[in-house]
Amino acid sequence: MTTQSTIPTPRSPYARRKTTRGNYELYSWIFMRASGVVLLVLIFGHLWINLMVGDGVHAIDFGFVAGKWASPFWQIWDLLMLWLAMIHGTNGVRTIVNDYAQRDTTRLVLKGLLYLAFTIVVVLGTLVIFTFNPCPPDAPANLLPSICSTI
Amino acid sequence: MPTPAGTLYRGREGMWSWVAHRVTGVLIFFFLLVHVLDTALVRVSPEAYNAVIGTYQTPIMGLGEAGLVAAIVFHAFNGIRIVLVDFWAKGPKYHKAMLWVVVGLFVVTMAGFLPRHLGNVFGGGH
Repeated sequence: MTTQSTIPTPRSPYARRKTTRGNYELYSWIFMRASGVVLLVLIFGHLWINLMVGDGVHAIDFGFVAGKWASPFWQIWDLLMLWLAMIHGTNGVRTIVNDYAQRDTTRLVLKGLLYLAFTIVVVLGTLVIFTFNPCPPDAPANLLPSICSTI
Repeated sequence: MPTPAGTLYRGREGMWSWVAHRVTGVLIFFFLLVHVLDTALVRVSPEAYNAVIGTYQTPIMGLGEAGLVAAIVFHAFNGIRIVLVDFWAKGPKYHKAMLWVVVGLFVVTMAGFLPRHLGNVFGGGH
């Protein structure tokens, strides 16, 4: 019986091979589901206000957008929508590129362009939401939202 | 059920909903890039934004927009179905039935949206 001590105990837990990659893909998978549910609410709300209420798409002009972004509620709504949709969409396209682009160079170039587009759109969109003036001083008054006349 | 030859994919509800989810997702993503860029024109001037958004209010773009909303509605409802398949214990068992629920909800939502939107697009107004 003494020889058995050299054999590993059968009840030792199974050790999954340790990877150096971390849990990136797991978090990306969870993010797609969590952000998707939030985006459903944000985008359906966005479509309802912009296309269903009042004159719908015909009512959209500078005054309409400025009137919305004069309120912090819509600023935060749109900022959240911008970031979540861009991360969700970029991650989705990243998955598709990984699936179909077989050559290393093709994959690298496509994902480089993707991340470049992500950065430009997110930075530009965020700056516009935060530096936007709903009542630009040199603009004709008839193009501005009604709130501008009371200031 | 006969197995299709020469492919790993089995077709039917599971594969086609997956294909449709990818196609609608890519469409929505490219629209989103353009949509942020055109909206950024509010930062340039009211005239610049109004000029560009005016080209977006033509009947042809209105039809394109109906297609965009259709893509978003399918992607949204099928996304909830994917979450249920992944996290609900009975999700994988009912994934086909849930696709038909998605299709039903899609038809109802579009039936509510299209008359209103197409009325705005073709009804003149402004």
